[in-house]
Amino acid sequence: MTALVEMRNIKKHFGHVIALAGVSFDVHAGECHCLLGDNGAGKSTFIKIMSGVYQPTEGEVLVDGSPVVFDSPRAAMAAGIATVYQDLAMIPLMSVSRNFWMGREPEKGVWPLRTFDLAKADEITVAEMRRMGISLRGPDQAVGTLSGGERQTVAIARAVYFGAKVLILDEPTSALGVRQTANVLSTIDRVRKQGIGVVFITHNVRHALAVGDRFTVLNRGQTLGTAERGSVDAAALQDMMAGGQEMALLESSLGGTI
Amino acid sequence: MTDASPDVRRDERIKPVSPFRRALIRPELGGICGTILVFLLFAAIAGDSGMFAAEGVMNWTVVSAQFMVIAVGACLLMIAGEFDLSTGSMIGFAGVMMAILAIHFSLPLWLAIILTFAFCVLVGAVNGWLVIRTGLPSFIVTLAFLYILRGLTIWGAVYFTRQTIIGGLNEKTAGDWLAPLFGGKVLTGLFTWMGEAGWIATFTRGNRAGQPVIDGVPMLIVWAIVLVIFGHWLLTRTKFGNWIFASGGDAQAARYVGVPVNRVKILMFMLSAFCACVFATCQVMEFGSASADRGLLKEFEAIICVVIGGALLTGGYGSVIGAALGAIIFGVVQQGLFFANAESSLFRVFLGVILLTAVIMNTYIRRIITGER
Repeated sequence: MTALVEMRNIKKHFGHVIALAGVSFDVHAGECHCLLGDNGAGKSTFIKIMSGVYQPTEGEVLVDGSPVVFDSPRAAMAAGIATVYQDLAMIPLMSVSRNFWMGREPEKGVWPLRTFDLAKADEITVAEMRRMGISLRGPDQAVGTLSGGERQTVAIARAVYFGAKVLILDEPTSALGVRQTANVLSTIDRVRKQGIGVVFITHNVRHALAVGDRFTVLNRGQTLGTAERGSVDAAALQDMMAGGQEMALLESSLGGTI
Repeated sequence: MTDASPDVRRDERIKPVSPFRRALIRPELGGICGTILVFLLFAAIAGDSGMFAAEGVMNWTVVSAQFMVIAVGACLLMIAGEFDLSTGSMIGFAGVMMAILAIHFSLPLWLAIILTFAFCVLVGAVNGWLVIRTGLPSFIVTLAFLYILRGLTIWGAVYFTRQTIIGGLNEKTAGDWLAPLFGGKVLTGLFTWMGEAGWIATFTRGNRAGQPVIDGVPMLIVWAIVLVIFGHWLLTRTKFGNWIFASGGDAQAARYVGVPVNRVKILMFMLSAFCACVFATCQVMEFGSASADRGLLKEFEAIICVVIGGALLTGGYGSVIGAALGAIIFGVVQQGLFFANAESSLFRVFLGVILLTAVIMNTYIRRIITGER
């Protein structure tokens, strides 16, 4: 099976800083591929290349097996790669419906009297939110009144509704509480079952193990290989992320609680 | 993980929202309350002064309409997340430019009006372009244009005509096809009829005896109503309106989903300049002259109308109807104190108090909307 997106030997240099030193990664339809790494490992740089924000210094990006060059986030979006950023996804003062359709508003009527079809927008928004397990007070409810997890879910629902084939989630659970995290993880699971490839970026091994099919660990701009679900446990992933010895020492002093 | 069934039960921790509180969550609410309040106030203290007779009504309606015209531009721009402090200077500039073109260069008035509009809207676009390209706050960029335009206005008036007030435009309006669009009056027949029926005051002496004192609705009021309806429709009913909210709410988030934020902001700067031009042209046609000092402080008055109307200074939230109500409050208070024979300097005190009350109330409303504590 061809991967939806394949990244081959990606290198990225910022001046004399080597942010990525040859990273390969792919995601298939219907799987959740977790990209793990500690702070500064190069996760953000890597997904920004995948979503068209940065261009790689070296290496290839392939969509459905053919090489492409994304010169802007819009190009990546057009190819079906949607990114949900941790905090920049939603506008709190606007209603859920207006946020959901932002940039792709449905219209009705004839020019120059074309109007934003609010009735249709509201109806679809409520239906999509219900499918994701969120009950809105109304489509005109402001996003600011939603919890962090619900905002992530709205952003995910939006990306899915607009035909994303690959969904990149940048640390979706890092700022969330236990219950909200569970909600977002179950949303990921639901999206994956619809045949969408999910790239789940996190530094939390337990969250990754809860939904991941495959795991790739980044450490200091290099990949330490990809593991299948079942062939790796939490401790091994934690070790790879933090880089061995040092961490082992720390952990023993903390009684193996992290 | 097993597929969790969608949990669509009500969250028991969210209190039901009473209809009253729901009604409170509208940007226009402050404007509506304020309007009712000032009308009650002036009905009480100036009710017998002729403020609510036809002439009085026309008096404060014209003033309100002036504020309304510039408030529409300022409102949409503020919701898109920017300010335009050059509005007042633009009013002076547009009037003088028009007068110089028509009187000094003897262009037909319609051509002078069109060239002035084109140039001013272009200046608005430059304002917007500079804000986008430099990433500087629009406060600074348009503050620079406040001085640049005012300076150019005075210099231009003195250089071409050796005076700062340019008259003689009345003769040029006769027979011009575009001038009545700004200086004319509509519904004159209705007012004549109402005068004949004795419903409104008529002149009793002089060569206009028998004609109504108020002989029609000035085009300025028509412009104000048209701009308010257009602005409200654009903001709440169109795709572009959603982009205006998005650009002001969070420009980066809007860009991520493909909203052309730069285009939206530059267009709103252009609209603001257009509104200033409408104001200037109506004033020039009414007085038959242009003056280099017109429009002083109008930028702040426009912003005050918008803020009283419920818009947030930080952008992303507001209402054109609210701004229009803000303009009515402004106009009624300014003229009402005159009718009530109050000390005119009290106007500023009153204005400050209203502004402060409106901002405090808006902050409270926003907290309810976003659920902040």
